Amino acid sequence: MAVDKKYDTPMLDELEKGEWPSFVKEIKAAAEWNAMSNDLLGLLEQSYSEKMGHWKHGGIVGVMGYGGGIIGRYTDLPEKYPNISHFHTLRINMPSGWFYTSEALRTLCDIWDAHGSGLTNMHGSTGDIIFLGTRTEELEPVFNKLTAAGFDLGGSGSDVRTPSCCCGKARCEWACYDTMALTHFITNKFQDELHRPAFPYKMKFKMSGCPNDCVASVARSDISIIGTWRDEIQVDMQKVREYAKNGTDIVKEIVMMCPGKCIEWDGKDLNIDNSSCLHCMHCINVMPKALAPGKDRGAVVLVGSKAPIVEGALLSSVMIPFMKIEEPFDEMEFWKLIENMWDLWCEEGKNRERIGEFIQRVGMGNFLDSVGLEPIAEMVAHPRENPYVFYEEYFEEGEEVEK
Amino acid sequence: MAQIPVHELAEAMYKMVKDTMGLKKWKATDLQKASIEMFGEGNVDKQLCKDAIKELVNSGRLVYTYFGGSYIEVPHKEGAEN
Ligand code: HEM
Ligand code: HEM
Ligand code: SF4
Ligand code: SF4
Repeated sequence: MAVDKKYDTPMLDELEKGEWPSFVKEIKAAAEWNAMSNDLLGLLEQSYSEKMGHWKHGGIVGVMGYGGGIIGRYTDLPEKYPNISHFHTLRINMPSGWFYTSEALRTLCDIWDAHGSGLTNMHGSTGDIIFLGTRTEELEPVFNKLTAAGFDLGGSGSDVRTPSCCCGKARCEWACYDTMALTHFITNKFQDELHRPAFPYKMKFKMSGCPNDCVASVARSDISIIGTWRDEIQVDMQKVREYAKNGTDIVKEIVMMCPGKCIEWDGKDLNIDNSSCLHCMHCINVMPKALAPGKDRGAVVLVGSKAPIVEGALLSSVMIPFMKIEEPFDEMEFWKLIENMWDLWCEEGKNRERIGEFIQRVGMGNFLDSVGLEPIAEMVAHPRENPYVFYEEYFEEGEEVEK
Repeated sequence: MAQIPVHELAEAMYKMVKDTMGLKKWKATDLQKASIEMFGEGNVDKQLCKDAIKELVNSGRLVYTYFGGSYIEVPHKEGAEN
């Protein structure tokens, strides 16, 4: 399809300058043959010069039977830019860890060239494959081709969002559990919740294999499952000495940077007091050949983070300090907690209230009580520095303080 | 515990949504609460409500919409489309 109507885009052209990739360059390439991308250039230029957006959002969305995965977009200047009067976004469930064959990528692009603007975003912040811009009547045909190729829509609206994870054991030696396997399992387990929105607001799962948290789950998922260990950091002392010999300043770069203040180095031996380690990964990241997470590995479960939309940003809070994550996943007790949390949030949550905001409103104590969890020291951000945390009950009972 | 048949619940839900078109926006949880209230706890549970919504949406009698959050409505000509 040849496209003739070209727009002057002096402001957009500025964004083609420089050494880095440019979305303007990509839209222009698509505009050579695609009328939607061509009109998109015109509309963007107008928005830049007016400093005003020209998109409307929402309404009837989705393909038959689905309540998520498609985000309705329309321009408010349809007479001027008829080819983008509809410009809906599709979210397509990416493979766990974002691994593709080149054939799969070509299949996706061919489908999109035939039915939309040809523009994609690999990947959106949600993790999904994003197809940018198509008309309502193209939705069912795109969906049919995607499912025939083995793909499915992802989440949007008040549903379980497309679960997302780091590459985990596929590529990373720090992975304390198989993030890709668990993500695949969660995606299948919650198909109903993913496609049929029934929550007060969105519900995101993000899985990171270790506390480096490469998918930033602690900051942007309602349920964060982050790999960790509960025994001792593995130390290869010979390799530690090699790092020192080769110029790593162990005192300055590691001992003094350890947030648990629990490492000693006498120039020959490295001593870690593991009972005070915060599992931050810093020492391991600095000396990856010498140190490694322990052998008794699993994950910590945190709940409640979100980016600022309706209210401000929140970080997740610890619910389960450690659990083993092993097949068969379906037998983990963890699902019971998820069910309890969802029941409570659906019953009492306000419309557009994320679970983290809900916890803030009702109070963490009430929330824990309602979902059947005992409050424990690990749930407190800085228990040793926090003047509001008391440990008397432990001492009264004459027990040793557990670590 | 004898539950009512899914299609009976689906009919009742459809009527609730249709009769209040333009007056009330229903979320899935609102439909569930209203259904349990209407039929009584022993006759309708959450799973049955899910099944009824699924039946209505799969047949196209009701559709999901998005206005900040997700709602369930009778299909109509799109406002934003005009
Ligand atoms: C038009 C050409 C190319 C573009 C626009 C491009 C762009 C990118 C971008 C954006 C990333 C970072 C992805 C991310 O972290 O989110 C990346 C990663 C990478 N690219 Fe390219 N690239 C191009 C060509 C190449 C070529 C020719 C090679 C090798 C011969 C290459 C090798 C790599 C490698 C090895 C990585 C990933 C390394 C890692 O896992 O951290 N790229 N590329
Ligand atoms: C023995 C050879 C090589 C090793 C060990 C190596 C290793 C690495 C490592 C460790 C990273 C960073 C990964 C990360 O931070 O996530 C990286 C990034 C990258 N490498 Fe290499 N590399 C090698 C050769 C090459 C060659 C020959 C090319 C290109 C012709 C290349 C292109 C890249 C690019 C483009 C990135 C950055 C991608 C990004 O921004 O995410 N590498 N490489
Ligand atoms: S989160 Fe940890 S395990 Fe996952 S990729 Fe990052 S460093 Fe590796
Ligand atoms: S993981 Fe972090 S807290 Fe633990 S010993 Fe290493 S630097 Fe210290």
